[in-house]
Amino acid sequence: MTSATLTPVDSARAGEPAPLNRRKRGWGFHAVMVPLTLLWVAPMVFVLVLAFRSFDDIAARGTAAWPDSFSLEGFQEALGRGTMGRALWTSIQVTVPAVLLSLLLASWAAYALSRFRIPGRRAILLTMLAGNLLPPQILLIPVSRVMESLGIYDTLVALVAIHVGFGLGFYTFVLHGFMRSIPGELTEAARIDGAGPVQIYARIIMPLCRPSLAALGALATTWIFNDLIWAITVLRTEAKLPVTAALLNLQGGYVSNWNVVAAASVIAAVPTAIVFFAFQRHFVSGLLMGSTK
Amino acid sequence: MTAVAAPDRPRRRTRVPAVVWAFLAVPALVELAMVFWPALNSFYLSFTEWNGLGAAKPIGLDNFRNLASDDVFRGAFENNVIWAVGFGGLSVLGGLALAVALNRPRRGVGLYRSAIYLPMVFSLAVTGLFWRVQYQPDGTINTFLGAIGLESLEKQWLANPDTALYAVLIAAVWRQVGYVMVLYLAGLKSTDPTLDDASAVDGASAWQRFRFVTWPQLRGVNTVVFAVTVIDSLRTFDIVWAMTQGGPYHSSELLSTYMFQQGFTFLNLGYASAIAVVIFALALIFIITYLVRATKEEAA
Repeated sequence: MTSATLTPVDSARAGEPAPLNRRKRGWGFHAVMVPLTLLWVAPMVFVLVLAFRSFDDIAARGTAAWPDSFSLEGFQEALGRGTMGRALWTSIQVTVPAVLLSLLLASWAAYALSRFRIPGRRAILLTMLAGNLLPPQILLIPVSRVMESLGIYDTLVALVAIHVGFGLGFYTFVLHGFMRSIPGELTEAARIDGAGPVQIYARIIMPLCRPSLAALGALATTWIFNDLIWAITVLRTEAKLPVTAALLNLQGGYVSNWNVVAAASVIAAVPTAIVFFAFQRHFVSGLLMGSTK
Repeated sequence: MTAVAAPDRPRRRTRVPAVVWAFLAVPALVELAMVFWPALNSFYLSFTEWNGLGAAKPIGLDNFRNLASDDVFRGAFENNVIWAVGFGGLSVLGGLALAVALNRPRRGVGLYRSAIYLPMVFSLAVTGLFWRVQYQPDGTINTFLGAIGLESLEKQWLANPDTALYAVLIAAVWRQVGYVMVLYLAGLKSTDPTLDDASAVDGASAWQRFRFVTWPQLRGVNTVVFAVTVIDSLRTFDIVWAMTQGGPYHSSELLSTYMFQQGFTFLNLGYASAIAVVIFALALIFIITYLVRATKEEAA
């Protein structure tokens, strides 16, 4: 864990001296924040420790006892017979194409809506955004029927399709906001030089959108990887379930093997934690997109 | 997303090229097929009786009449209200307090912030399992209570109908606080620090400065946080599904979990759709709030 500045704006004010009355209260601040932070991370640390204990140790001394063993049997069991290894691969197969396709399609729509005078463009944009705000419950039953009639029910294609369709509105909205802020002179100059709309999109707009694409990509990756409800709606076969759904199945099968359950949760949590630390700055700016300015 | 609107004067005279229409049409059709068409179908299905085989039988408003006299539905509705108030209230209070405390840069702030919003990257299912481990009979919570001499409070938190809902709620709040904190931190960034400093010079106390100087400037963020939290609490499904599946005895049932059970366990597709329509109706006002806010942002 680093103490990197999380919001870029911070550094702008970091140079100012803190007012005196605040400096005096420094100790009180840390006296509250240190225990609070420890309390906050305690559940994670506890699960992590539990995952590395042996079954016998837990059975003999309880889950909350001080660890007396170090063992990888929980991870071995979870990845092997617990099918978490296979599920992890499934999740990657779903997440990567879903994120790429979502961003691609959203960038098309955002480009069309932000750079051209399409009649009713604001209404179209807000309708697309509204689709993303709908409670998924209103879609579940018909979506599983639509997938059946398309002949892709119980396939990963169906899962990718619904992730793309449901997320599009939000990604389009965010990218639209960004593309609109690109000065018209840039594209106008290219147009005079003979570039068509597709070239302007590919050579000028997309490269300039890289920061927002990165932020949205980090966010979309965690959303799609973490999804549960769509997976259990469009998939039936247990062998095809992605990580979150497989985790719940595993929990049912290993009721008192807490080290296996803990190890499986850690396995399910690690990929998003990696994305978080690798893209920390993007992640936070992604969260802020479309919610505030 | 800023007000640096592109001057679109030169483009005004040009027509929209066909390829650009295609750029818009493909994503729009995907969303139409995956979101809007299914949503319309749910409305239709809510007026029918259907088990998924054969044709759906129209039965008018019967599903909604049955809902009104369904005790489980009423319980789930009440639980959802408790959930929205508890989940929303606690995560907003916690997130706001932490944002105010961690707003000014100083030693350790980055570390504290990271720790507090780290849970947000875990899925709700993972969060649920993390907390199941803590809540189980010999888990950390009971052990801790025993260690400080409060054995009498030890419980089977998730198996006890009196505590199951609140036990799940705490886990959900633990994950949400970081998100709300991030939103408020951004809101605080956009407040005018000179106003705060000026009122400090004038002798205003920390509470007065927050209440009368900072808080009024957070109105925009408050609207978003409020809408997002309510929409989220109506959607809440994963964490309950992971921890209790709505049990024991429907004591932690929410509208979303009840809808899922009716639809996918019992195959009462019409009835489940009616519950979904109720969820939609409740969410609608907050969706509109959010969209109005988004429109303002667009117009800015």
